[in-house]
Amino acid sequence: MTVKDLNQVEGLKAHHIADEDHAVTDIYCGDLLSDVMANAQEDSALLTIQAHKNTVAVASLLGLSVIILCNNRTPAPDMIEAAESEEISIFSSSANHYKTALAITPFL
Amino acid sequence: MSEIPINTETSSSVILELILRLKVKDVMSTNVITATKETSLRKIQQIMREERITGLPIVMGKRLVGLVSMDDIIKALDLGYIEEPAQNHMSQDLIVLDEEMPVSFAINYFSRYRYHRFPVLNKYKHLVGMVTNRDITTVLLVEINKEVERLEKLAKVHTHATEMSGEVHTYPILKNDFENAGSASTQIKKRLKEAKIPNAIIRRAAIASYELEMNMVVHSDGGTLKAEYTPTTLTLTAQDTGPGISDIEGALTPGWSTASEWIRSLGFGAGMGLPNVKNVVDTFFIESDVRGTTVSCTINLIPKEEDQA
Repeated sequence: MTVKDLNQVEGLKAHHIADEDHAVTDIYCGDLLSDVMANAQEDSALLTIQAHKNTVAVASLLGLSVIILCNNRTPAPDMIEAAESEEISIFSSSANHYKTALAITPFL
Repeated sequence: MSEIPINTETSSSVILELILRLKVKDVMSTNVITATKETSLRKIQQIMREERITGLPIVMGKRLVGLVSMDDIIKALDLGYIEEPAQNHMSQDLIVLDEEMPVSFAINYFSRYRYHRFPVLNKYKHLVGMVTNRDITTVLLVEINKEVERLEKLAKVHTHATEMSGEVHTYPILKNDFENAGSASTQIKKRLKEAKIPNAIIRRAAIASYELEMNMVVHSDGGTLKAEYTPTTLTLTAQDTGPGISDIEGALTPGWSTASEWIRSLGFGAGMGLPNVKNVVDTFFIESDVRGTTVSCTINLIPKEEDQA
Protein backbone atom coordinates (compact mmCIF):
# COMPACT_ATOMS: atom_id res chain seq x y z
CA MET A 1 0.00 0.00 0.00
CA THR A 2 0.98 3.66 -0.16
CA VAL A 3 0.39 6.59 2.17
CA LYS A 4 -2.74 7.68 0.31
CA ASP A 5 -4.39 4.31 0.99
CA LEU A 6 -4.38 5.20 4.70
CA ASN A 7 -7.30 7.53 3.96
CA GLN A 8 -9.47 4.45 3.54
CA VAL A 9 -8.58 3.10 6.98
CA GLU A 10 -11.33 3.80 9.48
CA GLY A 11 -10.39 5.95 12.46
CA LEU A 12 -7.37 7.57 10.80
CA LYS A 13 -7.11 11.31 10.25
CA ALA A 14 -4.49 12.98 8.02
CA HIS A 15 -2.60 15.94 9.50
CA HIS A 16 0.09 16.25 6.88
CA ILE A 17 0.65 14.28 3.69
CA ALA A 18 4.15 14.66 2.27
CA ASP A 19 4.36 12.00 -0.41
CA GLU A 20 1.11 10.17 -0.97
CA ASP A 21 2.85 7.59 -3.14
CA HIS A 22 5.47 6.64 -0.54
CA ALA A 23 5.21 2.87 -0.09
CA VAL A 24 4.09 1.48 3.27
CA THR A 25 5.39 -2.06 3.55
CA ASP A 26 5.42 -2.71 7.28
CA ILE A 27 4.17 -1.40 10.63
CA TYR A 28 6.31 -0.67 13.69
CA CYS A 29 4.75 0.12 17.08
CA GLY A 30 6.96 1.89 19.59
CA ASP A 31 7.20 4.82 21.94
CA LEU A 32 10.85 4.38 22.86
CA LEU A 33 12.57 6.25 20.07
CA SER A 34 15.89 4.46 20.58
CA ASP A 35 14.12 1.16 20.12
CA VAL A 36 12.39 2.49 17.02
CA MET A 37 15.76 3.75 15.77
CA ALA A 38 17.36 0.35 16.23
CA ASN A 39 14.57 -1.79 14.83
CA ALA A 40 12.07 -0.07 12.51
CA GLN A 41 12.61 -0.91 8.83
CA GLU A 42 12.58 1.56 5.95
CA ASP A 43 9.12 2.31 4.45
CA SER A 44 7.35 1.31 7.67
CA ALA A 45 4.43 3.13 9.28
CA LEU A 46 5.42 4.13 12.82
CA LEU A 47 2.61 3.81 15.37
CA THR A 48 3.50 5.86 18.43
CA ILE A 49 2.23 8.28 21.05
CA GLN A 50 5.34 10.52 20.73
CA ALA A 51 3.68 13.60 19.23
CA HIS A 52 6.76 15.81 18.98
CA LYS A 53 9.29 16.80 16.37
CA ASN A 54 12.00 14.35 17.44
CA THR A 55 9.78 11.57 16.19
CA VAL A 56 9.94 13.24 12.78
CA ALA A 57 13.75 13.26 12.95
CA VAL A 58 13.77 9.54 13.69
CA ALA A 59 11.30 8.84 10.88
CA SER A 60 13.36 10.89 8.45
CA LEU A 61 16.65 9.22 9.38
CA LEU A 62 15.14 5.77 8.96
CA GLY A 63 13.21 6.57 5.79
CA LEU A 64 9.85 5.68 7.37
CA SER A 65 6.82 6.47 5.26
CA VAL A 66 4.40 7.83 7.85
CA ILE A 67 3.94 8.53 11.55
CA ILE A 68 0.57 7.57 13.00
CA LEU A 69 -0.14 9.09 16.41
CA CYS A 70 -2.28 6.72 18.46
CA ASN A 71 -4.80 7.24 21.29
CA ASN A 72 -6.05 10.56 19.92
CA ARG A 73 -2.76 12.38 20.34
CA THR A 74 -2.46 15.35 18.05
CA PRO A 75 0.75 16.72 16.61
CA ALA A 76 2.19 19.96 18.02
CA PRO A 77 2.48 22.75 15.41
CA ASP A 78 6.28 22.46 15.35
CA MET A 79 5.94 18.75 14.68
CA ILE A 80 3.89 19.52 11.57
CA GLU A 81 6.51 22.09 10.53
CA ALA A 82 9.28 19.52 10.93
CA ALA A 83 7.21 16.99 8.98
CA GLU A 84 6.83 19.49 6.16
CA SER A 85 10.54 20.18 5.91
CA GLU A 86 11.55 16.53 6.35
CA GLU A 87 8.77 15.30 4.04
CA ILE A 88 7.20 12.87 6.49
CA SER A 89 3.44 12.25 6.53
CA ILE A 90 1.51 12.39 9.80
CA PHE A 91 -1.82 10.80 10.65
CA SER A 92 -3.58 10.33 13.96
CA SER A 93 -5.78 7.51 15.18
CA SER A 94 -8.49 7.38 17.82
CA ALA A 95 -7.52 3.80 18.69
CA ASN A 96 -4.48 2.39 20.49
CA HIS A 97 -1.39 0.97 18.71
CA TYR A 98 -2.74 -2.56 18.53
CA LYS A 99 -6.16 -1.70 17.15
CA THR A 100 -4.71 0.79 14.72
CA ALA A 101 -2.24 -1.78 13.41
CA LEU A 102 -5.09 -4.29 13.06
CA ALA A 103 -7.11 -1.79 11.01
CA ILE A 104 -4.18 -1.06 8.66
CA THR A 105 -2.95 -4.64 8.20
CA PRO A 106 -5.60 -5.71 5.62
CA PHE A 107 -4.41 -2.90 3.33
CA LEU A 108 -0.69 -3.75 3.52
CA MET B 1 46.97 -25.61 -29.63
CA SER B 2 48.13 -22.46 -27.87
CA GLU B 3 48.39 -22.34 -24.10
CA ILE B 4 45.99 -20.58 -21.77
CA PRO B 5 47.82 -17.30 -21.20
CA ILE B 6 47.34 -17.15 -17.44
CA ASN B 7 49.34 -18.79 -14.72
CA THR B 8 50.10 -18.77 -11.03
CA GLU B 9 53.13 -16.48 -11.37
CA THR B 10 52.17 -13.39 -13.32
CA SER B 11 48.35 -13.23 -13.13
CA SER B 12 46.42 -10.70 -11.05
CA SER B 13 45.30 -11.77 -7.61
CA VAL B 14 41.68 -11.99 -8.76
CA ILE B 15 42.58 -14.49 -11.48
CA LEU B 16 44.93 -16.32 -9.16
CA GLU B 17 42.18 -16.71 -6.60
CA LEU B 18 39.85 -17.97 -9.32
CA ILE B 19 42.13 -20.65 -10.73
CA LEU B 20 42.97 -21.85 -7.24
CA ARG B 21 39.33 -21.85 -6.10
CA LEU B 22 37.90 -23.61 -9.16
CA LYS B 23 38.45 -27.35 -9.20
CA VAL B 24 39.02 -29.53 -12.21
CA LYS B 25 35.59 -31.06 -11.62
CA ASP B 26 34.04 -27.59 -12.06
CA VAL B 27 35.36 -27.26 -15.61
CA MET B 28 35.46 -30.83 -16.97
CA SER B 29 32.85 -32.28 -19.29
CA THR B 30 31.19 -35.29 -17.71
CA ASN B 31 29.33 -36.89 -20.60
CA VAL B 32 32.41 -38.75 -21.74
CA ILE B 33 32.23 -41.06 -24.73
CA THR B 34 34.42 -44.11 -24.23
CA ALA B 35 35.42 -47.31 -26.01
CA THR B 36 36.74 -50.65 -24.76
CA LYS B 37 40.13 -52.11 -25.61
CA GLU B 38 38.45 -54.62 -27.91
CA THR B 39 36.95 -51.85 -30.06
CA SER B 40 38.63 -51.60 -33.45
CA LEU B 41 40.52 -48.46 -34.38
CA ARG B 42 38.24 -48.18 -37.42
CA LYS B 43 35.21 -48.04 -35.14
CA ILE B 44 36.94 -45.49 -32.91
CA GLN B 45 37.73 -43.31 -35.92
CA GLN B 46 34.04 -43.45 -36.83
CA ILE B 47 32.97 -42.41 -33.32
CA MET B 48 35.45 -39.52 -33.38
CA ARG B 49 34.05 -38.29 -36.66
CA GLU B 50 30.42 -38.59 -35.56
CA GLU B 51 30.98 -37.04 -32.16
CA ARG B 52 33.47 -34.45 -33.42
CA ILE B 53 36.06 -35.31 -30.81
CA THR B 54 39.79 -35.76 -31.18
CA GLY B 55 40.55 -38.36 -28.52
CA LEU B 56 38.72 -41.31 -27.02
CA PRO B 57 39.44 -42.81 -23.59
CA ILE B 58 39.55 -46.60 -23.45
CA VAL B 59 38.00 -48.12 -20.31
CA MET B 60 37.52 -51.41 -18.52
CA GLY B 61 34.40 -50.81 -16.49
CA LYS B 62 35.03 -47.47 -14.84
CA ARG B 63 38.79 -47.82 -14.99
CA LEU B 64 40.79 -45.89 -17.56
CA VAL B 65 43.26 -48.13 -19.41
CA GLY B 66 44.30 -46.04 -22.39
CA LEU B 67 43.58 -43.29 -24.86
CA VAL B 68 43.32 -43.22 -28.63
CA SER B 69 44.01 -39.84 -30.17
CA MET B 70 43.65 -38.51 -33.69
CA ASP B 71 47.42 -38.96 -34.08
CA ASP B 72 47.10 -42.67 -33.23
CA ILE B 73 44.38 -43.01 -35.89
CA ILE B 74 46.44 -41.26 -38.56
CA LYS B 75 49.35 -43.53 -37.77
CA ALA B 76 47.09 -46.61 -37.95
CA LEU B 77 45.81 -45.54 -41.39
CA ASP B 78 49.34 -44.86 -42.52
CA LEU B 79 50.76 -48.15 -41.32
CA GLY B 80 47.69 -50.22 -42.24
CA TYR B 81 46.49 -51.55 -38.88
CA ILE B 82 43.25 -49.58 -38.65
CA GLU B 83 41.16 -52.77 -38.33
CA GLU B 84 43.03 -53.92 -35.21
CA PRO B 85 41.61 -53.53 -31.67
CA ALA B 86 42.52 -50.49 -29.62
CA GLN B 87 44.55 -52.40 -27.02
CA ASN B 88 47.40 -53.04 -29.45
CA HIS B 89 48.08 -49.39 -30.24
CA MET B 90 46.44 -47.11 -27.69
CA SER B 91 48.58 -44.77 -25.60
CA GLN B 92 48.91 -46.32 -22.17
CA ASP B 93 51.36 -43.95 -20.61
CA LEU B 94 48.73 -41.38 -19.66
CA ILE B 95 48.88 -38.06 -17.91
CA VAL B 96 45.68 -37.69 -15.87
CA LEU B 97 44.16 -35.06 -13.59
CA ASP B 98 42.44 -35.61 -10.27
CA GLU B 99 38.96 -34.04 -10.09
CA GLU B 100 39.82 -32.29 -6.81
CA MET B 101 42.89 -30.51 -8.22
CA PRO B 102 42.65 -26.74 -8.68
CA VAL B 103 42.24 -25.56 -12.26
CA SER B 104 45.71 -23.98 -12.02
CA PHE B 105 47.12 -27.54 -12.23
CA ALA B 106 45.17 -28.24 -15.40
CA ILE B 107 46.43 -25.00 -16.95
CA ASN B 108 50.02 -25.94 -16.08
CA TYR B 109 49.51 -29.41 -17.58
CA PHE B 110 48.31 -27.93 -20.85
CA SER B 111 51.40 -25.78 -21.22
CA ARG B 112 53.76 -28.49 -20.00
CA TYR B 113 52.52 -31.54 -21.93
CA ARG B 114 51.03 -30.14 -25.14
CA TYR B 115 48.16 -32.62 -25.11
CA HIS B 116 44.74 -31.46 -26.24
CA ARG B 117 42.81 -33.17 -23.50
CA PHE B 118 43.31 -34.84 -20.14
CA PRO B 119 41.23 -37.62 -18.61
CA VAL B 120 39.98 -36.79 -15.10
CA LEU B 121 39.86 -39.44 -12.36
CA ASN B 122 38.14 -39.37 -8.97
CA LYS B 123 39.70 -40.66 -5.77
CA TYR B 124 38.70 -44.26 -6.66
CA LYS B 125 40.67 -43.86 -9.92
CA HIS B 126 37.42 -44.03 -11.92
CA LEU B 127 37.17 -42.01 -15.11
CA VAL B 128 34.71 -39.17 -14.35
CA GLY B 129 35.38 -36.63 -17.07
CA MET B 130 37.60 -35.08 -19.71
CA VAL B 131 39.11 -31.62 -19.76
CA THR B 132 40.02 -29.65 -22.86
CA ASN B 133 41.49 -26.20 -23.18
CA ARG B 134 38.12 -24.99 -24.34
CA ASP B 135 36.34 -26.34 -21.23
CA ILE B 136 38.68 -24.31 -19.06
CA THR B 137 38.47 -21.07 -21.01
CA THR B 138 34.66 -21.23 -21.17
CA VAL B 139 34.24 -21.60 -17.41
CA LEU B 140 36.98 -19.06 -16.73
CA LEU B 141 35.27 -16.48 -18.93
CA VAL B 142 31.99 -16.94 -17.08
CA GLU B 143 33.70 -16.64 -13.71
CA ILE B 144 35.85 -13.69 -14.75
CA ASN B 145 32.72 -11.93 -15.95
CA LYS B 146 31.11 -12.41 -12.53
CA GLU B 147 34.24 -11.08 -10.82
CA VAL B 148 34.41 -8.02 -13.06
CA GLU B 149 30.78 -7.21 -12.30
CA ARG B 150 31.47 -7.44 -8.59
CA LEU B 151 34.58 -5.25 -8.89
CA GLU B 152 32.74 -2.67 -10.98
CA LYS B 153 30.11 -2.39 -8.26
CA LEU B 154 32.79 -1.91 -5.62
CA ALA B 155 34.67 0.61 -7.75
CA LYS B 156 31.52 2.73 -8.08
CA VAL B 157 31.17 3.01 -4.32
CA HIS B 158 34.89 3.76 -4.09
CA THR B 159 34.65 6.71 -6.49
CA HIS B 160 31.68 8.21 -4.68
CA ALA B 161 33.31 7.79 -1.30
CA THR B 162 36.47 9.37 -2.71
CA GLU B 163 34.53 12.56 -3.51
CA MET B 164 33.87 13.05 0.20
CA SER B 165 37.37 12.15 1.26
CA GLY B 166 39.01 14.75 3.48
CA GLU B 167 35.71 16.46 4.33
CA VAL B 168 35.25 17.27 8.00
CA HIS B 169 31.98 18.66 9.34
CA THR B 170 31.54 19.76 12.93
CA TYR B 171 28.05 20.25 14.34
CA PRO B 172 27.51 22.05 17.67
CA ILE B 173 25.13 20.24 20.02
CA LEU B 174 23.46 22.20 22.83
CA LYS B 175 22.28 20.88 26.18
CA ASN B 176 18.53 20.08 26.24
CA ASP B 177 18.13 21.34 22.68
CA PHE B 178 15.38 18.92 21.71
CA GLU B 179 14.29 21.47 19.11
CA ASN B 180 17.23 20.76 16.82
CA ALA B 181 18.11 17.26 17.94
CA GLY B 182 18.63 15.07 14.90
CA SER B 183 19.66 17.85 12.54
CA ALA B 184 23.36 16.88 12.54
CA SER B 185 22.41 13.29 11.78
CA THR B 186 20.12 14.46 8.99
CA GLN B 187 23.02 16.40 7.41
CA ILE B 188 25.32 13.39 7.67
CA LYS B 189 22.70 11.14 6.13
CA LYS B 190 22.14 13.58 3.26
CA ARG B 191 25.88 13.75 2.55
CA LEU B 192 26.14 9.97 2.40
CA LYS B 193 23.07 9.77 0.16
CA GLU B 194 24.57 12.29 -2.27
CA ALA B 195 27.71 10.15 -2.39
CA LYS B 196 25.50 7.15 -3.25
CA ILE B 197 26.69 5.08 -0.32
CA PRO B 198 24.53 1.91 -0.07
CA ASN B 199 21.36 2.32 2.01
CA ALA B 200 22.27 -0.36 4.55
CA ILE B 201 25.42 1.59 5.43
CA ILE B 202 23.63 4.96 5.54
CA ARG B 203 21.12 3.45 7.94
CA ARG B 204 23.94 2.41 10.29
CA ALA B 205 25.55 5.85 10.10
CA ALA B 206 22.19 7.51 10.81
CA ILE B 207 21.53 5.35 13.86
CA ALA B 208 25.00 5.97 15.29
CA SER B 209 25.01 9.72 14.71
CA TYR B 210 21.48 10.18 16.03
CA GLU B 211 22.15 8.30 19.25
CA LEU B 212 25.41 10.21 19.82
CA GLU B 213 23.62 13.49 19.18
CA MET B 214 20.72 12.63 21.50
CA ASN B 215 23.14 11.50 24.20
CA MET B 216 24.74 14.92 24.25
CA VAL B 217 21.37 16.71 24.18
CA VAL B 218 20.01 14.62 27.04
CA HIS B 219 23.02 14.01 29.27
CA SER B 220 25.82 16.49 28.59
CA ASP B 221 26.48 20.18 29.08
CA GLY B 222 26.79 20.42 25.31
CA GLY B 223 29.49 19.56 22.81
CA THR B 224 30.18 18.80 19.18
CA LEU B 225 29.56 15.97 16.77
CA LYS B 226 32.28 15.71 14.16
CA ALA B 227 31.97 13.73 10.92
CA GLU B 228 35.20 12.94 9.08
CA TYR B 229 35.26 11.20 5.73
CA THR B 230 38.05 9.13 4.16
CA PRO B 231 37.70 7.15 0.90
CA THR B 232 36.69 4.10 2.89
CA THR B 233 35.36 5.26 6.26
CA LEU B 234 33.20 7.72 8.15
CA THR B 235 34.47 8.59 11.62
CA LEU B 236 31.99 10.11 14.08
CA THR B 237 33.39 11.81 17.15
CA ALA B 238 31.05 13.08 19.86
CA GLN B 239 32.89 15.27 22.32
CA ASP B 240 31.19 17.06 25.21
CA THR B 241 32.33 19.31 28.02
CA GLY B 242 30.99 17.33 30.94
CA PRO B 243 29.81 16.19 33.37
CA GLY B 244 31.21 12.76 32.38
CA ILE B 245 29.79 9.27 32.70
CA SER B 246 30.28 7.86 36.20
CA ASP B 247 29.78 4.25 35.14
CA ILE B 248 30.91 3.59 31.56
CA GLU B 249 30.26 -0.13 31.77
CA GLY B 250 26.72 0.63 32.91
CA ALA B 251 26.23 3.08 30.06
CA LEU B 252 27.18 0.36 27.60
CA THR B 253 24.65 -2.09 29.09
CA PRO B 254 21.26 -2.19 27.34
CA GLY B 255 18.53 -0.81 29.60
CA TRP B 256 20.87 1.04 31.99
CA SER B 257 19.83 4.69 32.17
CA THR B 258 20.17 7.82 34.26
CA ALA B 259 17.58 9.79 32.30
CA SER B 260 14.87 11.80 34.10
CA GLU B 261 11.17 11.00 33.93
CA TRP B 262 10.64 13.94 31.63
CA ILE B 263 13.27 12.68 29.15
CA ARG B 264 11.74 9.22 29.31
CA SER B 265 8.26 10.56 28.63
CA LEU B 266 9.63 11.97 25.36
CA GLY B 267 10.71 8.48 24.33
CA PHE B 268 14.39 8.82 25.16
CA GLY B 269 16.53 7.57 28.01
CA ALA B 270 15.59 3.93 27.50
CA GLY B 271 19.20 2.91 28.03
CA MET B 272 19.62 1.86 24.40
CA GLY B 273 21.74 4.73 23.09
CA LEU B 274 25.34 3.58 23.40
CA PRO B 275 24.46 -0.11 22.94
CA ASN B 276 22.70 0.87 19.69
CA VAL B 277 25.77 2.79 18.54
CA LYS B 278 28.09 -0.11 19.37
CA ASN B 279 25.87 -2.49 17.43
CA VAL B 280 26.03 -0.59 14.15
CA VAL B 281 29.63 0.66 13.98
CA ASP B 282 32.83 -1.10 12.97
CA THR B 283 35.09 0.38 15.63
CA PHE B 284 34.07 1.99 18.92
CA PHE B 285 36.04 3.98 21.50
CA ILE B 286 34.87 5.79 24.61
CA GLU B 287 36.61 7.72 27.37
CA SER B 288 35.08 9.85 30.07
CA ASP B 289 35.91 11.86 33.14
CA VAL B 290 34.39 14.92 34.83
CA ARG B 291 35.81 17.19 32.11
CA GLY B 292 33.79 15.42 29.48
CA THR B 293 33.12 12.37 27.41
CA THR B 294 34.50 11.46 24.00
CA VAL B 295 32.96 8.73 21.88
CA SER B 296 34.66 7.96 18.59
CA CYS B 297 33.46 5.36 16.14
CA THR B 298 34.08 4.36 12.55
CA ILE B 299 31.79 3.00 9.89
CA ASN B 300 33.23 1.32 6.79
CA LEU B 301 31.71 2.86 3.68
CA ILE B 302 32.76 0.07 1.36
CA PRO B 303 30.12 -2.64 1.46
CA LYS B 304 30.93 -6.10 2.70
CA GLU B 305 29.32 -8.95 0.79
CA GLU B 306 26.25 -9.01 3.04
CA ASP B 307 25.65 -5.24 2.68
CA GLN B 308 25.42 -5.53 -1.08
CA ALA B 309 22.35 -7.71 -1.17
